[in-house]
Amino acid sequence: MAEFRMPSLGADMDNGRVVEWRIKPGDIVHRGDIVVEVETDKGTFEVESPIDGAVSAIAVQQGTKVPVGTVLATLGEPTAAEPRASPAARQLAAQSNIALATVRGTGPGGVITIQDVQRAAAAATPTKIAVAAEPAELEAAVDARAAMRRAIAAAVTRSKREIPHYYLSTDVDLSRAAEWITSQNVRRPVTERLLPSALLIKAVASALTRYRDLNGFWVDGAFRPGIGIHVGMAISLRGGGLIAPAIHDADRLTVDQMMLALRDVVARARGGRLRGAEMTDATITVTSLGDQGVTTVIGVIYPPQVAIVGLGKISERAWAADGKVSARLTVTATLAADHRVTNGHYGGLFLAEVDRLLQSPETL
Amino acid sequence: MTAEEIRAVLLRALGRVAPEVDLTSLRGDLPLRTQVDIDSIDFLNFVIELHRELGVDVPEAEYAALATIDSAVTYLQGHASSKA
Repeated sequence: MAEFRMPSLGADMDNGRVVEWRIKPGDIVHRGDIVVEVETDKGTFEVESPIDGAVSAIAVQQGTKVPVGTVLATLGEPTAAEPRASPAARQLAAQSNIALATVRGTGPGGVITIQDVQRAAAAATPTKIAVAAEPAELEAAVDARAAMRRAIAAAVTRSKREIPHYYLSTDVDLSRAAEWITSQNVRRPVTERLLPSALLIKAVASALTRYRDLNGFWVDGAFRPGIGIHVGMAISLRGGGLIAPAIHDADRLTVDQMMLALRDVVARARGGRLRGAEMTDATITVTSLGDQGVTTVIGVIYPPQVAIVGLGKISERAWAADGKVSARLTVTATLAADHRVTNGHYGGLFLAEVDRLLQSPETL
Repeated sequence: MTAEEIRAVLLRALGRVAPEVDLTSLRGDLPLRTQVDIDSIDFLNFVIELHRELGVDVPEAEYAALATIDSAVTYLQGHASSKA
């Protein structure tokens, strides 16, 4: 029997509310299936099952807020055949939200009796939950915006208190990349069109394959490299929210796949349809404020990550090269990184690699 | 399609890419991007929604025609009817 617990969807999450169950007792779930929607200070997320199994009981009802780690449901071994049970046992099981497949029968020939179901129901009864005591009216009055602000405040305060940041900045000539995108887009239908962000984030992810010490976490006084390169894409929500869902294995995506992933994740962030894993898996963050017109953005590392890349506005600037000055499309790329893990020299090499990759956009 | 029908489709598309926005507060004659604060990815998703709804594939070079709701309605009406 496995326990499915309220996950921690980020370092700043203490509680979560079960908004909607997508499973019921008796359902067979597979690892990665979306089983529940959870609401946190950062919005509502779809949470996947970490394992395969048959749902034996739901321990927390919809609408209930519980601390991280609380058992939400129990999962048993998947069983194919419907077990034998007395009609009374069957009825009680249905009423109590208990899956017969997960009840051990003690009757003649292993038939499930009403006592067996009662025992299973008692075992599945949730323990008293401290946070659930808040009155509904008070709860409703809590401003979601204020909650989101508090969550952001907690994360950035921890970051600035604990992480010794160092900062680097470089200007990148994007004229080749922009020309390549324009030449691609004129012959592509709108559904396959590219944006510079796709190239920029792909370049960051590819550069990280050679500069792995920027990709991972600082935990318990040591650096733990990330398994995979999952780029958190900072998205400003209208109304003041900020969220950075992960684009998984960003280094392995083609530029076209990256573009689709960006469009998808932004649309789902706006619509409140992000998944739990997207909130926890990011190994580095990219923040891009170019659309707001700023030239340079120097980020605050999202703990326990160890680096954040900032991308400013793409604009024409005077660029001196080969003894003459010309107008070129440029972007200022910055890196804020954890000095406990890397030195400025290493960070500088990483930014140079991002620049180098962007000079051959067709090979990204 | 009439201009009003196109306007309704356009606002619906906008509502899908920017669900937090109060569509009734938008002015047709002011730039959409400053009123709605949409970024380049939102904008591309918006153009894709318009394509899905109206069958009009707005080339990148003509995005300027979508700057305001009024200009977008005029542009889309011209192109939607020529296709129909």
